[in-house]
Amino acid sequence: MTLAPEAPRPGAGTAGPAISLRGLTKRYGAVTAVESLDLDVAEGEFFSMLGPSGSGKTTVLRLVAGFEEATEGTVLLGGQDVTAAPPYAREVNTVFQDYAIFPHLDVQANVEYGLRVKKVPRAERRRRAAEALETVRLDGYASRKPHELSGGQRQRVALARALVNRPRVLLLDEPLGALDLQLRREMQVELKQIQRDVGITFVFVTHDQEEALTMSDRIAVFNQGRIEQLATPHELYERPASAFVAGFVGTSNLLEGDVARTLVGESGPFVVRPEKVRLGEPAEGLEPGWCAGEGTVLEVVYLGATTHTVVRLDAGVRMTVADHNDETVAAPSGDPANGAAHARRDQRVRLSWRRDHLVPLAGTAHEEESR
Amino acid sequence: MLWLGVAYLGALAALLVTALWTQNDFTGQVERIWTLENFQTLLGVEVYRTITLRTIGVAAAVTVIDALLAFPVALFMAKAASPRLQRVMVIAVLTPLWASYLVKAYAWRVVFATGGPLDELGHLFGLGTPGYGLPATIVTLAYLWLPYMVLPLYAGLERVPDSLFEASADLGAGVGLTLRRVVAPMLFPSFVAGSIFTFSLSMGDYIAVKIVGGTTQMLGNVVYDNSGAANNLPFAAAVATVPIVLMLVYLTVVRRTGALEQL
Repeated sequence: MTLAPEAPRPGAGTAGPAISLRGLTKRYGAVTAVESLDLDVAEGEFFSMLGPSGSGKTTVLRLVAGFEEATEGTVLLGGQDVTAAPPYAREVNTVFQDYAIFPHLDVQANVEYGLRVKKVPRAERRRRAAEALETVRLDGYASRKPHELSGGQRQRVALARALVNRPRVLLLDEPLGALDLQLRREMQVELKQIQRDVGITFVFVTHDQEEALTMSDRIAVFNQGRIEQLATPHELYERPASAFVAGFVGTSNLLEGDVARTLVGESGPFVVRPEKVRLGEPAEGLEPGWCAGEGTVLEVVYLGATTHTVVRLDAGVRMTVADHNDETVAAPSGDPANGAAHARRDQRVRLSWRRDHLVPLAGTAHEEESR
Repeated sequence: MLWLGVAYLGALAALLVTALWTQNDFTGQVERIWTLENFQTLLGVEVYRTITLRTIGVAAAVTVIDALLAFPVALFMAKAASPRLQRVMVIAVLTPLWASYLVKAYAWRVVFATGGPLDELGHLFGLGTPGYGLPATIVTLAYLWLPYMVLPLYAGLERVPDSLFEASADLGAGVGLTLRRVVAPMLFPSFVAGSIFTFSLSMGDYIAVKIVGGTTQMLGNVVYDNSGAANNLPFAAAVATVPIVLMLVYLTVVRRTGALEQL
């Protein structure tokens, strides 16, 4: 609690981690929510924890905030052990999934709450609250009551209420989950900007892979209480470490066992992203360094910017191919999902992809379904 | 609605009309002569003023004691107890309401009796039972109406999301501050709901006072004695209007705060 949390954003790792988790475990009776987790989040980083519900990401957030007690392991904030500290003694603030705005207080009083509790003088409280409201573009809303605000505005109040305390770390628990898509996209960009401006470490929990890819410096993909992969968005997408990550982050085609032997010549497992696969006529020549397989089109899914073609290969696997719709084509009548530039259902096609676009996965160790 | 109007408001109107009549001192018959004499007696005679103030004091004390007792119970039920324990506790709070009023009042009479449990306990600290009187009346009434305060507070707390407690802690507030700054203001309408019960029930009570109050008199006793022993119905009716007016004033004040809309 001695360091000023206002320091300019240092490069990752230079100032020591903002959060260090060591051997962190949380059990609820026989259920293990988080298993022996080691994790460092750098100062000033936008860090996302991505995973399906029940994967332990929210539990980790709550352990850092102090709402849950760790079964084992330690939580360090700025090098200080806070494992046993109550939430109010931790230099972190949380933006809750349901915003948790105090309904009996107006926007101003909500934002000032943390400062008031810490007995910050009134004039400074006013100034800082006004600043925070400006940051989230809610100036002019200070005297509104929560029930007069829209979901997006409430979300901004929650953000301002947390930021005004200048925490060492800001924890965000699926804060955009309740917003509609349009607003969510806007807020994604805005959150990233705010984070860059204030230079506070953000830890962002989400189950939306697009959200995580859009905003994060690094992403930890959670599965069954463990981190499957910890990487930059780029790495995560291009080099998924496991079939789980490949499947959870974006769409992917998994090739393994006999299928991989037939198509690639090795047993794999491999993944290849749909946009790296090319759709062609059967019996085209094969360039060196390419793999290919023939099959039948099962489905053509028009998605606006792209079209996904699902093909059942003769080798015994389903693959998805993504093509950019870069031509303006009128859809033939009777089959709106099938533009003329694309394959038709039941058509015979050949799929090919470059060998170096195959991402080998590290075995199937993480795929155990025994638990 | 019509029935409610006739049966309820009609009775109330009859009461007020009766209060404006008088009684023949010799025959004891009600005489239908319009007069404010009853209200003049009520306001002018010292003892009635004292009784009125005492009654208000008792009702207020009961309400405050019930709120203080009910809050931790309700908080535990709503926020700490497991769902199973929660159900058990709701039943436990409700059960005494099924027991006879008299049984409960007489139970407290035994507690306050000389040589009773309270007396025995008091002796350990060199004290005795306070005996029958105002304190015993307040304690007994507080016990009788406690469920009426626990239930609204419990319902109110159920409606306070857990995340608000967490948000308050997250923003640096300890438990005490959270209770004061978040829970108390949010719970105010529930407290008002409970207080309407505890306050009005206490104000109208005359049985508990008879049983554990010793010689203490409350407005209810005056009404009872005048309608029974003294057979002065008009005066009894006049006395009975006092709690009604007080409750109307209270409800008006409460309404101003907006608490009623949130019940």
